[in-house]
Amino acid sequence: MSKILRKLRKKDVLLILICSVLIIFQVWLDLKLPDYMSQITQLVQSEGSLIKDILIEGGKMMLCALGSLIAAVLVGFFASYIAASFSRTLRKDLFEKVENFSEGEVKKFSTSSLITRTTNDVTQIEMLVAMGLQLLIKSPITAVWAVTKILNKSWKWSAVVGGGVLVLLMTLTFLMIVVIPKFKIVQKLIDKINGITRENLTGIRVVRAFNAEKYQEEKFQKTNNDLTRIQVFNQRTFGIMQPVMYLIMYFSTLIIYFLGAYMINDALIVGKIVIFGDMVVFSSYGMQVIMSFLMLAMIFIMYPRAAISADRINEVLDEELTIKEGNIEKGKPECIGTVEFKNVSFKYPDADEYILKNINFKANKGETIAFIGSTGSGKSTLINLIPRFYDVTEGEVLVNGINVKDYKLESLYNYIGYIPQKAVIFSGTVSENVSYGKSKKKITKDDIYKAIEIAQGKEFVEKMPEKYDAYLAQRGTNISGGQKQRISIARAIARNPEIYIFDDSFSALDYKTDYKLRKELKKYTKDATTFIVAQRIGTIMNADKIIVLDQGTCVGMGTHKELLKNCDVYKEIALSQLSEEELNNA
Amino acid sequence: MPRPMGNPNGKIEAPTDFKSAMKKLIKYLNKFHTLIAIAFLLAATSSILSIIAPNKLSDLADLISDGLYPRLTETDIQNIMTDENISYEDKQIFSENLKNLSEKTDLDTFIASQPQSIRERIAPQIDFTAIKKLAIVLGIIYIISAIFSFFQHYIMATVSNFFAKDLRNKIVFKINRLPLRYFDKNQTGDILSRVTNDIDTIAQTMSQSIGSLVGAVTLVIGSVLMMFITNITMALRAIISSLIGFSLMAIILKKSQKYFVQRQVELGNMNGHIEEIYSGHNVVKVYNGKNISDEKFDKLNNKVFDAIRKSQFLSGLMQPIMMFIGNFSYVIVCVVGAMLVINNHITFGVIVAFMVYIRLFTNPLSQIAQAMTSLQSAAAASERIFEFVEEKEMPDESKLTKQLNRSEVKGYVTFDHVKFGYDKDRIIIKDFSATVKPGQKIAIVGPTGAGKTTMVNLLMKFYEINSGDIKIDGISINELKRKNVHELFTMVLQDTWLFNGTIKENIVYNQKEISDESVKKVCKTVGVDHFIKSLPNSYNTIIEDNESISSGQKQLITIARGMLDNAPFLILDEATSNVDTRTEELVQKAMDKLMEGRTSFIIAHRLSTIKNADLILVMNEGNIIEQGNHDELMQQNGFYANLYNSQFEKIS
Repeated sequence: MSKILRKLRKKDVLLILICSVLIIFQVWLDLKLPDYMSQITQLVQSEGSLIKDILIEGGKMMLCALGSLIAAVLVGFFASYIAASFSRTLRKDLFEKVENFSEGEVKKFSTSSLITRTTNDVTQIEMLVAMGLQLLIKSPITAVWAVTKILNKSWKWSAVVGGGVLVLLMTLTFLMIVVIPKFKIVQKLIDKINGITRENLTGIRVVRAFNAEKYQEEKFQKTNNDLTRIQVFNQRTFGIMQPVMYLIMYFSTLIIYFLGAYMINDALIVGKIVIFGDMVVFSSYGMQVIMSFLMLAMIFIMYPRAAISADRINEVLDEELTIKEGNIEKGKPECIGTVEFKNVSFKYPDADEYILKNINFKANKGETIAFIGSTGSGKSTLINLIPRFYDVTEGEVLVNGINVKDYKLESLYNYIGYIPQKAVIFSGTVSENVSYGKSKKKITKDDIYKAIEIAQGKEFVEKMPEKYDAYLAQRGTNISGGQKQRISIARAIARNPEIYIFDDSFSALDYKTDYKLRKELKKYTKDATTFIVAQRIGTIMNADKIIVLDQGTCVGMGTHKELLKNCDVYKEIALSQLSEEELNNA
Repeated sequence: MPRPMGNPNGKIEAPTDFKSAMKKLIKYLNKFHTLIAIAFLLAATSSILSIIAPNKLSDLADLISDGLYPRLTETDIQNIMTDENISYEDKQIFSENLKNLSEKTDLDTFIASQPQSIRERIAPQIDFTAIKKLAIVLGIIYIISAIFSFFQHYIMATVSNFFAKDLRNKIVFKINRLPLRYFDKNQTGDILSRVTNDIDTIAQTMSQSIGSLVGAVTLVIGSVLMMFITNITMALRAIISSLIGFSLMAIILKKSQKYFVQRQVELGNMNGHIEEIYSGHNVVKVYNGKNISDEKFDKLNNKVFDAIRKSQFLSGLMQPIMMFIGNFSYVIVCVVGAMLVINNHITFGVIVAFMVYIRLFTNPLSQIAQAMTSLQSAAAASERIFEFVEEKEMPDESKLTKQLNRSEVKGYVTFDHVKFGYDKDRIIIKDFSATVKPGQKIAIVGPTGAGKTTMVNLLMKFYEINSGDIKIDGISINELKRKNVHELFTMVLQDTWLFNGTIKENIVYNQKEISDESVKKVCKTVGVDHFIKSLPNSYNTIIEDNESISSGQKQLITIARGMLDNAPFLILDEATSNVDTRTEELVQKAMDKLMEGRTSFIIAHRLSTIKNADLILVMNEGNIIEQGNHDELMQQNGFYANLYNSQFEKIS
C-alpha cells in the first residue's frame, strides 16, 4: 500500500499538507465547541443571567462552528481532488504499463484480469483515499489532543480508556487475521466473474448455437455463489465490529462513572467537586479518544480490500518489461528494406521445447517471402519476432541491417506494416481505423482513400451511408469478417511501410478479393519487402521465396517451382489443394 | 450489416431521477422485504434503547452529584433536630457549630468536629445501592442494543450480498436472452462494468448505510416526538432551524446526483476503451497507436476524474453542514429558551430537556447525510443495472408448439424470398430463394460482404428476417423455438472461441453423457489428439485467456467440438481457414463422413471444399446470382468461373 501511495504527485502531497493544517484547525475548533456549549448551559441553568451574555457566548460558539464548517468544506474540496487525481494517476500508469507489455506479459496476467486491475482495483483504492485521508489525519490528532486534555487526571480512569482502546485493537487484529486472507480470494473471484461474463459476451454466437446458455449460466452461478459465500462471511464477521465498538465506548463511560463514585466518596469535600468535574470532562474526552480509534477502525474496514487491490496494481506496475527499447532510430541506409534471420531459435520463457530452431534467411528489398507449413509449425511465431512481440532466444533478427533489439520501438514500428490474423477494429469511423496510430508522415485523406481502394474495400465502404465516416463498432461487430480484414490491411497500407507482415491475413477473404488485393498491393508496393504467412498455395505461389516450416525447422526454401521438385512437404501441401493439372497450369 | 450506431460514448443518457431509481431498487428487493423489515426493526429498537441510555446515564451522574455536598439543607437540619435517636447533647453541639458556619468554614473540619451520631447524618454520602442498580440496568441496555445492532448488520450483510448475487445472475441471464443486435452496438467493457463496479456499489451501500440510516431516522423521529410532547412552540422553533439544514441537504442531493450518474457512466465508457485497447494490444503497439489511445484514454480518464471529484466533494459537504446545523439549532434553542424563561412562558426544566433532545435530533442528521451520499451512488449504479436488465428481450416463444425432433428430421431446407437487413433502411439480403434437399452439401461462395455469414445468422434464427420465410422440413423456423433450431444444427464458426477451462470441457461443451473415449476419438479424427497429449496435463490442460495454443490448433478444437455435436444439419463458416491444408484434408475426410446423410452448409473459400459440393450458391450483394455444381458453373463461364480462375492468374 505504501508503495502505491508513493505515486502521489508533489501537488497532491502539498494539498495533503494543507489539508492537515486545516484539519488541525478544525479539530481545535471542534474541541473548543464543548467549552462554549457548557458555558451556555451554565448561563441558561443559573437563573438571572442576561440574554445578552447568552447571545455573546452563542455568537462565539456560532463563529467556532462556522470556522469548523469552512475548514471542513475546504478539506472536503481538497480531499476529493486528491482522491480523484490519485486514482486518475494510477489508472494512467496502469494503462501505459499494459500498453508497453509484450505478449508474454499480457498472457501472464490475462486480459480480463488486467481490465479489473485497471478499473475495479483502482476504485477500491480511490475510496480508501477519499474517505480514509480525512479520517487518517483527523483521528490521531483528535486522539492526541483529547489525551493531553485528560492527562494526569487519574491513572484509574486512564487505565479504563487504555483498556477500552486495547480491547478495540484486539478486536480489529482478530478481524484482520480472519478476514484479510478472504479478501484476496474475493478479488480473484471478481476476476473470474469478469472472465466468465466476458467469455459469454465474446462467444455469444457459439453459446447460442450450442444451446449452452444454461451451461454458461451454471458456470457463472457457481463462481457467483463462491463469491457471495465469502463476501457474506466477511461482512458478517465485520458486523461484530460496530456493536463491539459501542459496547467499549458505553462500558468505559459506565466504569469511569462507577470508579468516580468511589473516588468521590473517599475524597474530602473540597476535592469532591473537583473530581466530579474531572469525571465529566474525562468521560467526554475519553469518548473522543475511543471515537477517534473508531474512526480509524472505519479505515480498517476498507483497508484490507484496498490493500489487496494495491498489491494487484503493484504486480502490474512492477512487472519487468521483457522487451527493452534500444536507441537507434534509423536503419543502415544501404540495407533499408532487408530483413535477415541469423541462426534464430525461439522457445517460450518457461518451456523446454523449442518452437523454432536455427532459422536462417535473408529477404532483400522488394522481395516477397512466404511461409507455409502445418498448424503449429511455427510460422506465426517466426514473423512475430520481427515486430518483437517476443524476443529471440538465440541468434538475431536484423531489420535494415540492424538488430531489432537495438531500435527505438517507435522507429522499428515505423518500418513495419503488420496485419494480424484476427483483424482488430477499434470503435470509431472507417477513416479513424485506417489512419490509426502514428507513422513516419501524417496520413492524409487521400492516403486513406487510396489504402482502402488497394485493400479492395472501396466498394463496401462507399456503400455505407456515411462512407469513410461510417462508424465501426468495437471488434467490428457491424461488418463482416472479410470487411474487417480489408480495413485491417488498409490500415497497414496507409502507413506506407518498408516491410509488410501478413500473418495469415487473407484467410477471411475469398479467392477473388485475395487475388485482386495482392495484385494491386504489388503494384503499389514494388519496393516494399513482404512477408506472408498463408494456408493457401494460391496466395503464396508467386512469392520470390517460399520457406517451408515443419515443427519449427526449415525444411525447404525456394520458389514454387523449385519446391515442387525438391520439397516433399511442400508438394504434399500443394497437392492437397490443387490437382496436378492445375498446379502445372499455374 | 448493422448501421453505424453513432458514438457509443454518449449513448447512455441515464435519467438522474433519484426517486424513481430508489423505487425500482425497492421493487427489485421484494424477495428480501421481510428480512429487511426485521433488520429495520432491530435497528430502530437499538436506536430507541440508545435514546433511553443517556437519560439513565444522567440519572447516574445525578446520584453521584447528590453525594458531593454535606447534607445541610433546612430539611436535613430539621430532621436531625427532631430525631429522637440523637442525644440532646449532640444536638446542642451541632446547633452551636451551625451558628459559626460561614462561607469561609472548611466543611471537612466542620464535619469532623461534629459528634459521631451527627457526623453520620450530615457527611456526604453516595447512594451506592442505587448506583449499582442503575449500572446494571444500563449494562443490560447496552448489551441488548449491541446484540440487536449485530443482528441487524448480520441480516443486512446477508441480504445485500444475496441481492448482489441475484443481480449478477440477472445480468448474465439477460445476456443470453438479448437479441444479437444489442451486442452490435454496446461495448463489452461497459456491460462488464455493470457486473462488477455497479453491483459492488449497491452491495456496499446496502450493507453499510441502510442500517445506520434506519437507526438515525428512528432517533430523529423519536426526539421530534419528545420535543412536541414537551413544548410545541419550542419544538417548532427547533425544527424550523433544522429544516434549513434538511433543505440544504436536499439541494445538495439533487445537485450531486447528476455527478454520481455521470461517474458510473464515465467509468463504463473508460472500461470500454480499456477493454478495446487491451484486447487489440498487438496492433496498438505496432502501429505506434499508443499516442492516440493515450489521448483518448486521457480524455476519458479526465472525465472520470471530474465526475469523481465533483460527486465526492458535493457529498462530502453534507456532513460538515449537518454538524453546523446541529450547533446552530443548539444555540437557537438556548437563546430562544432563555428569552421565554425570562418572559415566564416556560419553565427552566423545559430548556434543559430541549438541550438534550436537540442533540439527539441533530446527531443522527450527519449519519443520515452520510447514508444519503452512498444511497446516491447506489441509485446511479442501480439505474445502469436496471436499464440493462429491462432491455427488450428476444421475442417470446412459449406459444410456439411445433417441434422438430433431431433424430427424425429429413433435411429439407427452403429459402423463400428471404429479405433481411440488420437495419430496416438497409436491406442486405434482397430476395433469396433456394431449395436444399436432404444430405446435400451446399457451398456458399461469393465475394466478401456478399451476405454469406448473414445467411447463417438467419438460418440459426440469430436475427429475425424482415419478410419471406425459411423452412426446415416444410416448417417455418418462425414456428420453431430458437432452441429447437439450434439443436438441429452443428455450427463451427470462423471466430475460434474457447473458454477458460480444460480442453476436454471445451470439446464436450454443454453436451451430456459424452465419454472420454468419444472425445479422444473425435480429436484423433480431427488430428489434435497428438498435440493435446503433448500438453502437460493432456486433455485436462486448462486453456487460459491468450494461452499459447496456435489459432490453428484452437480451430481444430472447435471443429472437434462441432463433430461431437451430432446434429442433422451442419454449418461451417469458413471454419477451416486457419488450419493448414494437410490437416484440413484430414478434417475434410472426417467431415465428409460426418456429412453423409446430413444437409450441410459450408462457407469456404477452399476449392477442395467447393468442388465436391452438390450445390454451389454463388452470392453477390445479397442475392444468389448463380447456382449449380462446379462443372455446370464452370461451363456457364460467368461470375463463378471468374472467381475460380482468379487464383491462377499471375501477379504481374
